[in-house]
Amino acid sequence: MKKISLEGFMKTIFILCATTSILAIILIVYFIFSGGVPFIMEYGLKNFLFGTEWRPSNTPQLFGILPMILGSLYITFGAIIIGVPIGVLTATYLAKFSDRRLYKFLKPSVNLMAGIPSIVYGFFALQVIVPLIKNLVGGSGMNIITSSILLGIMILPTIIGLSESSIRSVPQSYYEGSVALGASHERSVMSVVLPAAKSGIISSIILGIGRAIGETMAVILVAGNQPRVPDSITKGARTLTTNIVMEMAYAAETHREALIATAVVLFVFILIINTIFLFIKRRTLN
Amino acid sequence: MDKLIIKDFDLYYDDFHALKDINMNIAEKEITAFIGPSGCGKSSLLKSLNRMNDLVEGCKITGEVLLDGKNIFDKNVDVNKLRKRIGMVFQKPNPFPMSIYDNIAYGPRTHNIKNKSKLDEIVEKSLRGAAIWDEVKDDLKKNALRLSGGQQQRICIARALAVEPEILLMDEPTSALDPISTAKIEELIQQLKEDYTIIIVTHNMQQATRVSDKTAFFLTGEVIEFNDTDTLFSVPKNKKTEDYITGRFG
Repeated sequence: MKKISLEGFMKTIFILCATTSILAIILIVYFIFSGGVPFIMEYGLKNFLFGTEWRPSNTPQLFGILPMILGSLYITFGAIIIGVPIGVLTATYLAKFSDRRLYKFLKPSVNLMAGIPSIVYGFFALQVIVPLIKNLVGGSGMNIITSSILLGIMILPTIIGLSESSIRSVPQSYYEGSVALGASHERSVMSVVLPAAKSGIISSIILGIGRAIGETMAVILVAGNQPRVPDSITKGARTLTTNIVMEMAYAAETHREALIATAVVLFVFILIINTIFLFIKRRTLN
Repeated sequence: MDKLIIKDFDLYYDDFHALKDINMNIAEKEITAFIGPSGCGKSSLLKSLNRMNDLVEGCKITGEVLLDGKNIFDKNVDVNKLRKRIGMVFQKPNPFPMSIYDNIAYGPRTHNIKNKSKLDEIVEKSLRGAAIWDEVKDDLKKNALRLSGGQQQRICIARALAVEPEILLMDEPTSALDPISTAKIEELIQQLKEDYTIIIVTHNMQQATRVSDKTAFFLTGEVIEFNDTDTLFSVPKNKKTEDYITGRFG
């Protein structure tokens, strides 16, 4: 009798633990949306999303977040252009080309990259990439290119880790089949193994996009943070995330609500990305 | 004519001596079957013949395998060209996860045939050669993984034929298939003999008697007996062969 009640007790504990994360999500959604949605209704969704002016101190105040949406998209897109080829090729190298001694050194290095706090990345970019870009294209060196390079580096561990495991999970029989036809190691890997790992690689890219779009503290140091529609990749830009961080400390009333509404937009972006991720994963399973 | 001559061939996996002093002459355009219990080394020998054993870590060989008089283990042999000449069909059908057409065209493309009409021709010829053209001709864009096991294996045979090999190695090609598919593949192997030298590893002694001209019986890394299939199965010279083919062990 006592045993059964202990079992029941433990079961309750497990259920509580399991529901905590779900509860956290529900609370986040509730507070973000209840804080942001009324503002969007009042200001107008179209004005908010497609307004090109962000002037919280004007009268009347202007809260158009198109500059930040575009800033986020441009910087993320740049990060993908830089990070995906490097990441996927690194994963290919780790899974199919590197010898064991080198692997023992490379793999922990990549894992370590994932653990470095983002502010450290930001500081690195400020010290190294900003002066480099400044010499190259002029200006302050804080612009879309710089942020894209930084984020391209930051999403590497996500892309490398997932791509590598999906390349490794491709059945060896595909590789053998190719080699047995007289194909070289390189051709077998690039033309048979990589395409077979396609969906895992795409998933890794999508998670990388999620990471890039949500990154804040590193980007804030090097993006320039001007709230205007960027007309060139050598100009500074502000992202959705940095917009919130920069102004939340002193914002009040409508301004504050507008920042929470910015978080709503960011949240919807992440939801879309995750839905695509789940969709691809499910399609692979079938 | 001897297409392939195996001379004083030994194979080791690290310290394990898996094949001991193999000597065998494989005649051109004949079907040679390797039989024997699991772990006797027959698959290891087969894989050595197109150097797929290179992929196995810790695998060492001594001795020679002469293809048209040239040792395939010589340093200056291009292993990719060798594998083009000696094709392989695996135990488990392993078509690539791409369309039927791309599966067959993969080999020729690898060897630099890019011309579309030439590729079309090769694909049709190979699929006909593997006796599967009529079943898939209207559906060449279909993913090969969606075919049945027997069809997949014939796609793999067609894929091997597409690079125009001289020798086909088959590693228990029907062990994963149902009886009807097996019968089809066996019939196909008989037809292929017209143009190719075939070596087939099989667990199935009936299969060896049905398809092969010569049979080699392997036991614990040695060739116990190698003879015409009819002779080997009707009047085995060695007691161990007799015990095995009459089902006393194995």
